[in-house]
Amino acid sequence: MEKIKCECGHVNPEGTVLCEACGKPIERNQHIDGNEKNKLLNMRYEGSARRSQTKNRNIVDKIWIFFSSVKVGVWLIVLTLIASIIGTLLPQEMYIPQNVEPAQHYRDQYGLFGQIYYQMGFHNLYSSWWYILLIASIGVSLVICSIDRFVPLYRALKRQKPKRHSNFIRRQRLFGKTEAVKSEDINKAVSRLKKKRYKISEENGHILGEKGRFSRWGPYVNHIGLIIVLIAALLRSMSTFYIEDYVWVREGETKVIPQTDGQYYIKNNDFLMDVYDEKDERYAEAIEKTGEMIPSNYETKAEIYEVKGETIAGQDPELTKINEGEIRVNEPLKIDDISLYQASYQLNEFQKMSFKLHRSDDEDETPLGEFTFDMSDPKKEYDLGNGYRVEVDEYYPEFFMDDGVPDTKSKYPKKPAFIFFVYGPDMEDYEVNFLTIGANLNPHNNNQYKISVTGVDMRDVTGLTVKRDHTIPLFIVGAIIFMLGVIQGMYWYHRRIWIHPKEEGVWIAAHTNKNWFGLKKDLEYSLEGTEIKIPDDQQELK
Amino acid sequence: MSDKKQKRFIFRSIVLAILLGAVVFALVSNIMNDEEVVAVGEQAPPFELEQVNGNGVLNLSENLEGKGVMVNFWATYCDPCKEEMPFMQSLYPEYKEKGVEIVAVSLDATKLRIKNWIDNNHLTFPIVHDKSGAVMDTYGVFDLPASFFINPDGTVERQVKGPLTLDRLEGYLDEIVPESEK
Repeated sequence: MEKIKCECGHVNPEGTVLCEACGKPIERNQHIDGNEKNKLLNMRYEGSARRSQTKNRNIVDKIWIFFSSVKVGVWLIVLTLIASIIGTLLPQEMYIPQNVEPAQHYRDQYGLFGQIYYQMGFHNLYSSWWYILLIASIGVSLVICSIDRFVPLYRALKRQKPKRHSNFIRRQRLFGKTEAVKSEDINKAVSRLKKKRYKISEENGHILGEKGRFSRWGPYVNHIGLIIVLIAALLRSMSTFYIEDYVWVREGETKVIPQTDGQYYIKNNDFLMDVYDEKDERYAEAIEKTGEMIPSNYETKAEIYEVKGETIAGQDPELTKINEGEIRVNEPLKIDDISLYQASYQLNEFQKMSFKLHRSDDEDETPLGEFTFDMSDPKKEYDLGNGYRVEVDEYYPEFFMDDGVPDTKSKYPKKPAFIFFVYGPDMEDYEVNFLTIGANLNPHNNNQYKISVTGVDMRDVTGLTVKRDHTIPLFIVGAIIFMLGVIQGMYWYHRRIWIHPKEEGVWIAAHTNKNWFGLKKDLEYSLEGTEIKIPDDQQELK
Repeated sequence: MSDKKQKRFIFRSIVLAILLGAVVFALVSNIMNDEEVVAVGEQAPPFELEQVNGNGVLNLSENLEGKGVMVNFWATYCDPCKEEMPFMQSLYPEYKEKGVEIVAVSLDATKLRIKNWIDNNHLTFPIVHDKSGAVMDTYGVFDLPASFFINPDGTVERQVKGPLTLDRLEGYLDEIVPESEK
């Protein structure tokens, strides 16, 4: 590695564009920041050596240099963006119907494009290894770019001297020459800069006024915040830090809590949905406007059980109650660090239906016998006494007609239907009754007997989110640091004013990382009432 | 100067090693999440369920030790499940002789529906009732039908998601016939 010794005596690392101490452009490196074609110097990173070049590059250096390029970083971001966009063109695998073969589904639904989409792995884009690799590479690029720029910038700002090379001064954006200046005028300007809270340093009559250097660290603080957020996101793949699952529990049902290795069970004793009282004058008007009930509370009264002893799947475990309470929106019930949140509900699933048997021609429908069908424990046959009995030929929990054949969509009694065979003492054979909600469809309308519904018991279903999340504090810390970095970089400006005495008169140059208008105002203020000319904006002159 | 170079090499190596570790961690944990709960070659998880067309309970490891076992997850509200049931029934007597048992795990809510289905279709292989869905959970099954072909030594030979054809079923059953019967 070759070092570059500047005429001011400072030794710079290879790749330096502007001497760290005096700012003199190092001739052979001017192409790096494109200075050779321009009158003004590019002040990016103070012209410090990024990506220091090494002659004997080993694999570590090669990888480092690859990721330290901002160009590479930008390309990674662009590629990730493009991939993300493509991932939204067709539905992801989790959103296609579950009972179809994905390869076939994409080909049939979307043709050749769908087939290519599937084969390229876009159907599972966001968890595909190469997408994760892209995101991870952005993280790597972020870390290495930051280190590779922060260190040289810090060095350059720490080592800067008040005495700058004339070439550096002349090629600043704000630059002015004044012939014949009285030393009082310079003193006056310096004291005015001090009033503006510039830090003044001096070397052989060369003066540097500087303020707000702190602002330059903003982007790096910001990146630290981003890296913490990335780490937090990474930890979410570990179940000790993060789990999220869902469980539906019917009233009266005891169910295993997912993600707990079958160690915990939950029982739903009652689900409540309260609504705002329409007679309450505070709400009456709003309720009337909406035209429907407005829920005020969703609540599950739940009990949590722990499994005692060893059981294998399918065996009824011995359960001990460990917790009990109400789960409301934003008020979870906890088992250790797992929280159960109220997330959804289904009202009015059928639990029990009561029926009576009567003669079809009896207008009073005087019952000849009664029975109750329990959806969770139905019987094949119900004996009604006096020689009457009802056989359950078919029971459809969620009834629908499938090409003219009755069938069920699921196992949940949301819309039950029954085919009953009625046997009586005066019947040789049986009579068929087809019952569904609100209808008794008899195949022959000459039935002597009829079954009618006398009552229903409904139950509600509660939907609970099972969640463990230890990554939230980390996300918050990352986000706060991110924001601090943004504020630091946005609301402070790094301003420098160089007073450069020449044999005749004085040169003034100034530089800021943003808000040139503010810097000009500072110059106008501090040079007011002196004979020193206010520097011109060389960029505007161009 | 070479000391400095070495320091830089060490620093860069450490940073890159940490970053590489994080990337590998991200990839591995992603792959682990996708992995099947019951992997081929592993021991099939034990279970014990009430038998609907028989007496008492059926325990996978106790009652069917030394046999090849096909465990089929199904339900009466699942059309493709019902379509493959006749295939299983048609092959069952032959393979039972060879030491292969078929166990159909129903996820229905009520025995009534299972019994009706068994009676209407004259099924003779054991059908058990996983009322709580605990066994389905243990086997990592989310969609019906799903079948596991388990070797006589208790390891999983094959896992099939989705419906089977008669030909495929026969081939898979052949794979789990005990050595002594081949």
